[in-house]
Amino acid sequence: MTGEDDLWPLVTGFLGISLLSVGGGIAVLPEMHRLVVESHGWMDGLAFAKRYALAQAAPGPNIMVVGLIGWHVAGAIGMVSAMLAMCGPTSLLAYAFARLRRRVAGARWMRVFERGMVPIAIGLIAASGLLLASGAAEGWLPVAISAGSTLFVWRTRRSPLWVLAVGAVLGALFLH
Amino acid sequence: MAESLSQQAAGPGQQAPSPSGVKAGRLPADQPQPAATTKVPGRLELFLGFAKIGALGFGGVGPWARHVIVEERQWLTEREYAEVLGMGQILPGPNVGNAAVMIGRGFHGLPGALLASAGLYIGPLCILIVLAMLYDAYGALPRVAPFMTGVAAAAAGMVIGMALKMGFNLKPPVQLVAVGLLAMGAAAWLRLPLPLIVVILAPLGIWISLRLARKPQP
Repeated sequence: MTGEDDLWPLVTGFLGISLLSVGGGIAVLPEMHRLVVESHGWMDGLAFAKRYALAQAAPGPNIMVVGLIGWHVAGAIGMVSAMLAMCGPTSLLAYAFARLRRRVAGARWMRVFERGMVPIAIGLIAASGLLLASGAAEGWLPVAISAGSTLFVWRTRRSPLWVLAVGAVLGALFLH
Repeated sequence: MAESLSQQAAGPGQQAPSPSGVKAGRLPADQPQPAATTKVPGRLELFLGFAKIGALGFGGVGPWARHVIVEERQWLTEREYAEVLGMGQILPGPNVGNAAVMIGRGFHGLPGALLASAGLYIGPLCILIVLAMLYDAYGALPRVAPFMTGVAAAAAGMVIGMALKMGFNLKPPVQLVAVGLLAMGAAAWLRLPLPLIVVILAPLGIWISLRLARKPQP
């Protein structure tokens, strides 16, 4: 299922996604889902949702989920190559463009651009959440946990880590 | 831009400043004389600072990055940090990862950029290797799998909740809400490829935004 042969599609897949990831890591989750679950069948939707949860529960940038996917596909080499593919070229771009930031910050075209793009990024993030939720939705309880966690994060200012803990407890007690 | 908004939505109480409205500022490399309020970190300090950001960043590093860089270590002023983050957002790639490269370069050139990035990723990567090994060993066990399904369901809700919070905090005009909903529907239900979504919706969003900017505000 997975192994050396998958290393190349893994690297090229994440390279392509990284160059599209204007707006941060979570907005490209639907595209990662396509690559990992739909195109290559490296894992199913539930396993994908679980790996995202694992990366979310661990410290570090959210983009670390890419490392976990790489690990699953091709072990430690997969983890490092996937992370390098996702972060390497974009880091080079950031290095090259570092000095432009003063011209960009506060520029009018930048505000117009941002105002038009942010709703798309938010829509893509919502789509990421819906895809993850449908991956985890085995029966009514996971759906209820997702709905409760949505409300908690939306309506309160408490640390979102609480919902992970409550989800873990409910899952351990009532799912089988 | 998504991650910086999510900092405001999901962070532990700190508010990241909006990059818009920021006019000028500087990083030490651009100006021989650093601002009186900021300190220039040594190379080791740069590495350790970003290592701290990575290791503390539960649920995303954005809010911690601001806390460590602006408040605790005072490497950059609020305005300088907003500029760096704003640039990190319009470039592809993880926003704080991009910020690490730019801040590292600002202080110590290429070695600085490498040290800051290494600091940011190395701690979380080590923890992730341990987690991945544990997951491989125990993740499918009958007593662990339901636990992980619960966490996965909660994490999924967390992402939806964050999107709702960001959307409602922003209070966008109805045309832009429609663009956001189109993006969501296209990605979640129609499962259109991301390049297609961006190619269609980005010009639409920017066109609406441009029209709104030209129209005198009531």
